[in-house]
Amino acid sequence: MSVPVLAVEQLSVSLAGRPVLREISFTIEPGEFTGLIGSNGAGKTTLLRAILGLRSRASTSSGQVLLDGRPRARRNPLIGYVPQRVTLDPDVPLRARDLVALGLDGHRPGFALPSRRRHAQVQEMLEAVGGGAFADARVGELSGGEQQRVLLAHALLGRPRLLLLDEPLAGLDLRSVGEVVALIARVAAEHRLAVLISAHEINPLMPVMDRILYLAGGRAVHGTVEEVVRGDVLTGLYGHPVDVLHVHGRVLVVAEVGGGTGPAAAPAGVEVLS
Amino acid sequence: MTATGALVASGFFSSPAVGTALVIGAAVALVSGPLGVFTVIRGQSFAGEALGDIGMSGGSGAYLAGVGPLWGFLVAGVAAAALMELLGVQRRRGRDLATGVVLGSGLGLAALFLYLNSTEHGADVTMTVLFGSLFTVDRSTLPLVLVLALLVLLALGAIARPLLLASTSPELAAARGVPVALVGAAYLVALSLSVALCAITIGSILSTALLVGPAAASLRLARRPGRAMAVAAALGVAATWLGVLLAYDSYDWPPHHRGWPVSFFVVALVLVEYMLCGLIGGRRRAPHPAPDTAPPAALGG
Repeated sequence: MSVPVLAVEQLSVSLAGRPVLREISFTIEPGEFTGLIGSNGAGKTTLLRAILGLRSRASTSSGQVLLDGRPRARRNPLIGYVPQRVTLDPDVPLRARDLVALGLDGHRPGFALPSRRRHAQVQEMLEAVGGGAFADARVGELSGGEQQRVLLAHALLGRPRLLLLDEPLAGLDLRSVGEVVALIARVAAEHRLAVLISAHEINPLMPVMDRILYLAGGRAVHGTVEEVVRGDVLTGLYGHPVDVLHVHGRVLVVAEVGGGTGPAAAPAGVEVLS
Repeated sequence: MTATGALVASGFFSSPAVGTALVIGAAVALVSGPLGVFTVIRGQSFAGEALGDIGMSGGSGAYLAGVGPLWGFLVAGVAAAALMELLGVQRRRGRDLATGVVLGSGLGLAALFLYLNSTEHGADVTMTVLFGSLFTVDRSTLPLVLVLALLVLLALGAIARPLLLASTSPELAAARGVPVALVGAAYLVALSLSVALCAITIGSILSTALLVGPAAASLRLARRPGRAMAVAAALGVAATWLGVLLAYDSYDWPPHHRGWPVSFFVVALVLVEYMLCGLIGGRRRAPHPAPDTAPPAALGG
């Protein structure tokens, strides 16, 4: 069996003394597409940052993160990272192709001299993500979907083997969501890239996910969609009754809220968790 | 009288004060323009302004101690930068607060020093410290200005790429292994040195105009970072040189034929540049319809 490109073992992270992740363990095989699902505040970003080795102030962690079977180094060419939307002023003099080029050598000192090879690499990657048309537009002037494409090209230029994407679908309209998911899946297949992508909704990722890592209350379950997205499994994870409904080909994870069982006797209702 | 004669008053090129002013002005503009581009990108204009204002305490303190004002601007600037860094100027949330706290204490010190200068030494240096006086800068300051300018330019060149990435997205930079905090601190030191250089040119209070003005103007024209830095440097040099020229000419102007302050002309020219660049940039960007939102072709009937 091949060595997993990412192995997380017994990872726990606390932020300012508050436990955010508790003993998370999972592996990602080369070329595997994993959806990291959980509601806001479930710890998705914390997990991605821990994998990257980025530490926030007042955070403590235990456990191990292995990349290709080895502990990670400070700078990891193995990992490509797409953070949540970059907020830039339209005035900032940075074209899409400049931001992509920084994916090649942005960590190096000095400034880049014009090079035909560098230009060709950037152009090729921009066209691979469908960004050729706005290569010379300022990043701050691009739409959310266009920015995601630019960030994707930036991350891919370092030739990573694992791609981490933090909520790339947040704030996109429905059409862009479908396009961006299809693009990520296509690029991942072409480059034989493993993908870990966080989202608070399952459905857009359904067609492309090999495995799912479902996060709630600092704990996680990991497996195929059939193994994880089940009422009994998610009830165990959440610690209270959760139903999985199939409606018009979509999956809804719902929980009963209120109804007089809790301390605040709110009117009974149903909350869609993902 | 020739055309040049009408524009350039006689003696302009032979005056040693003018020569010094032109060289210092150019050196300072060449540094502050490119650095200012990062100041604007990082949204740290307020920090730059504060460093300039705090420079007042250094400049006035230097006169009290009997040393050159540039030394005062330098010491105050670097000390203020260090204090701001310590109080959290790099964190987006605490930035304005840290800057404001340091700014307040710096201004208080300046008030004391300016007062002591006038009461103890009988010399009112307020105008010179606050608004500058490029023609009276001592020629012996020139080597220090040139060395500092070169130093800041070299440092900026060395950290340009990681600084650009970190200024765009600290997350992206950190993920690529850029020591974001260290790069930010290095930039802040470079900023404080550059502000000190601006202060000796056009005064501590006006220093931001030369730091942020040409950079802001260049951002309305240039699309890419390298070009923005080059344009900012060129605009800065143009404003200082033309400012020196007009100030020299103004010795023939009313009301007293004593000359208007150089700083006034430089700052006014920077404003003109900013507005001109806005006009040119706006005109260039206006006709830009997205290809797939073109109006539907008119249908017959």
